[in-house]
Amino acid sequence: MSDSVRNTMYFAGVALLIIITGFVQSWNTALFILNFGLISAIMALGVNLQWGFAGLFNVGIMGFVALGGLATVLVSMPATPGAWQAGGASVIGALVLGAATVVAAVILMTKMKASKLRSFSVFGVLVVGFFVYRGLFDPAVGLIEEIDPAATGYLGGLGLPVLLAWPAGGLLAAAVAWLIGKTALGLRSDYLAIATLGISEIIIAVMKNEDWLGRGVKNVVGLPRPAPYEVDLQSNAAFIERANGLGFDAVTASTLWVKLIYAGLFTVVLVILFVMAQRALHSPWGRMMRAIRDNEFAAEAMGKNVTARHLQIFVLGSAVCGVAGAMMTTLDGQLTPGTYQPLRFTFLIWVMVIVGGSGNNLGSVLGGFLIWWLWVMVEPMGSVLMNFVTYGMADGYWLKDHLLESVAHMRLLTMGLVLLLVLRFSPRGLIPEK
Amino acid sequence: MIDFLNAFVALSNFVLIPAISYGAQLALGALGVTLIYGILRFSNFAHGDTMAFGAMCTILVTWLFQSWGISFGPLPTALLAMPFGILATMGLVLFTDRYVYKFYREQKAKPVILVIVSLGVMFILNGLVRFIIGPNDQRFSDGERFIISVREFKALSGLKEGLAFKTTQGITIVTAVIVVIALFWFLNRTRTGKSMRAYSDNEDLALLSGINPERVVMVTWLIVAALATIAGTLYGLDKSFKPFIFLQLLLPVFAAAIVGGLGSPLGAIAGGFTIAFSEVMITYAWKKVATYVVPESWAPDTLVQLLSTDYKFAVSFVILIIVLLFRPTGLFAGKSV
Amino acid sequence: MSEPFLIGDSMTGGYGNGPDILHDCTIAVNKGEIAVIVGPNGAGKSTGMKAVFGMLNLNKGSVRLDGEDITALSPQDRVVKGMGFVPQTSNIFTSMTVEENLEMGAFIRRDDYKDTMTQIYDLFPILKEKRYQAAGELSGGQRQQVAVGRALMTQPKVLMLDEPTAGVSPIVMDELFDRIIEVARTGIPILMVEQNARQALEIADKGYVLVQGANAFTGTGKELLADPEVRKSFLGG
Repeated sequence: MSDSVRNTMYFAGVALLIIITGFVQSWNTALFILNFGLISAIMALGVNLQWGFAGLFNVGIMGFVALGGLATVLVSMPATPGAWQAGGASVIGALVLGAATVVAAVILMTKMKASKLRSFSVFGVLVVGFFVYRGLFDPAVGLIEEIDPAATGYLGGLGLPVLLAWPAGGLLAAAVAWLIGKTALGLRSDYLAIATLGISEIIIAVMKNEDWLGRGVKNVVGLPRPAPYEVDLQSNAAFIERANGLGFDAVTASTLWVKLIYAGLFTVVLVILFVMAQRALHSPWGRMMRAIRDNEFAAEAMGKNVTARHLQIFVLGSAVCGVAGAMMTTLDGQLTPGTYQPLRFTFLIWVMVIVGGSGNNLGSVLGGFLIWWLWVMVEPMGSVLMNFVTYGMADGYWLKDHLLESVAHMRLLTMGLVLLLVLRFSPRGLIPEK
Repeated sequence: MIDFLNAFVALSNFVLIPAISYGAQLALGALGVTLIYGILRFSNFAHGDTMAFGAMCTILVTWLFQSWGISFGPLPTALLAMPFGILATMGLVLFTDRYVYKFYREQKAKPVILVIVSLGVMFILNGLVRFIIGPNDQRFSDGERFIISVREFKALSGLKEGLAFKTTQGITIVTAVIVVIALFWFLNRTRTGKSMRAYSDNEDLALLSGINPERVVMVTWLIVAALATIAGTLYGLDKSFKPFIFLQLLLPVFAAAIVGGLGSPLGAIAGGFTIAFSEVMITYAWKKVATYVVPESWAPDTLVQLLSTDYKFAVSFVILIIVLLFRPTGLFAGKSV
Repeated sequence: MSEPFLIGDSMTGGYGNGPDILHDCTIAVNKGEIAVIVGPNGAGKSTGMKAVFGMLNLNKGSVRLDGEDITALSPQDRVVKGMGFVPQTSNIFTSMTVEENLEMGAFIRRDDYKDTMTQIYDLFPILKEKRYQAAGELSGGQRQQVAVGRALMTQPKVLMLDEPTAGVSPIVMDELFDRIIEVARTGIPILMVEQNARQALEIADKGYVLVQGANAFTGTGKELLADPEVRKSFLGG
């Protein structure tokens, strides 16, 4: 069996799984899985760039995904009336000042000779800078957050079309990734992992607490959509007629149609990114990346600038995750910082990449779909299993209740098991690197 | 003078005591991470969930004891249950080592592969804990709540500021001291402990000296299981037990281990307290202390809080980055494999 | 000629499944003797010693200790059988004290090893002075003494040293050679690999000159030093 036949069969298998889900459960669920599967595939592509191409162990994916989500708000929401006048300039000024303080401290640190005077001046710059920053920042934030806190209380966005948020999400994630990469990429793999894990937690903490930026845990709802609203479709005579013609009632048809539009948009993005990733992989640049991954010292000895290349691919991979994050927030129609959890947004993506086949773009895409399908379907399947296990037990028996209740937690268990089994028995994944 | 006393009491109440007990919990957690790193040479991402598992077992046994009417007088019943929690966790880690990690050790897999494997174990443990005890907050502390409460302290000292010293904080500190002394005695005085240090220092030479690596690894896991259970139970007693918390605890625990120097037990303790004190001091609102110390006209009208408490994790992280940039091997020169 | 105490007999083999590095190479040491292996860089000197210690896959030949065939034993098992080995690098536990290093050397012993430790402190007085200091803080020559001391703690029947004087100054080298002679006087046969061929052959009862993994010249130390061909090719005339 040739590789392409095998790969086609894998993808046909996943498609079949989704179709079966459509028949058994509902087409709504099937399309839900498809849409998130597309997004997951993009995230997996991004992680595969970093891990599969370059061997960078990034466990801060959640942070970049969340940044993409933030970008959606910043780009597509209308500006809050009066917010910019109230404190926008001060906030921006304070942030610039804060950044300038850090830069000044770093410059002092590198330019001055090690001495008590240096420690003292660096410390002084940081302390003075911090208090000036807080003095400027706090009142401005207070003013912004006072504006109709029940509905807005934040700066709002630029009011641009939401599709622009996708590349913007990539750019935002890339900018932050550049900053992180500059500081953390020289570290050993374990340290990089912990550093990225920490940074992703900080990004989430900022998004939860800086209400002036994205309303924090109060969430931003009602984001503009690139697709029509279901209610509009349901009152559209032409749409109802066409739906009835196909044998659907208008409500079902409208939800399916909207999901299909999203699926179309996501597919376009996935195809573009996939083609780019493939070309990158087979370009001299991609070969160099893999050479660096396989033997950093040899590559360095041959005059390759390993750190610069790592920074490059770290930024690229994070940008891809940012794009996916922006797409996901667009699909959700809301930004809810409280829902970002590392198990779901970092480690699950890792399972996708490893199961699919690290170093292989097609594998990552496959892993994205397959693992996402499993993630969604473990619960219903687990509940069937548990009903079967507890079949003989009397109703109200504590073990029965407990087992039925615990079905929700089988997801993590299953994912861990899948990861360990693949690592053990098929460490190169379903579609191995060539 | 009274003002200074008041300031000191307020400082102890809100900063020193919480930071010391939190630091002790972090130090115990970081010791586990650092031992695994020293002997098995990888960063164990499943450590937070091992702590959760140990604490969960302790809680289950505690509930059993409570239902039997067994209590430990003024001390929490959980202390009686802890040995059983430790045994269960030892069983768990030996099982995962035998059926998961051992394979990769024999293959001499790269450390990063072992880290990914530990992610898988983390998933499973996390799911297992939620599966057994559910995702919610669990209370299991009983016995006296305070060694000294605010009211008692005020009556005793006649000061305006009160000082509360929770039983759980006292237990945390005492237990941590005992555990650390026992661990260092073991590592520095016993044959097995020394063989662990030798193996961590120079694997090849340890093999040449006839040290059995599998035995060293097994003993390490047993110690780590005990440390994790104790750390998890103490944290659960002091704050609350919630499976999700332990995943978040992973970051400060790692930060503590790295800041101290991965592989160095002494460093893990120093790192734990460094992180705990920084977190508490940077997120504490100093207004109360400041008003006692400075003249009245200078009294601050803001909270004098450097960062909001929501950024606790950010603090541990920033310290981590600073240390990594300026002293990559940590305060106590750990390994850099 | 009677069977030597330790002999690697016509050994052929290499690392793992790699190509053969040794070709029909024989190395042996008798009771109460010092045997040295010398030769140009890349001649397989260290490899030869490692083969005797069981760190190589032998395709042909055998290793016998005191008449017993130990070819199939792992290095660890050979330590138990009475072979002491001092690797060229990373041969001490740097983070542990000198005394702990010696204790770890005695790890396989279940009996009381205090007397052995006293003997080692007598042989290397500097170690006694620094017994509670971390071994990593010592000078190069002192570290080598720790390394040899560690290997002696098992009371080996034969001691193998892989380039004990690598990287130390000539003065320290002379002192190390003196110590090694003293160890040999206690009755332990010594097999060692040396870069400094001339000095090594001067103290050697037996010398092996290896070239490309095979025996080129064999003889007593004096014979080899006197051999014009050896002088010309290895000792710089």
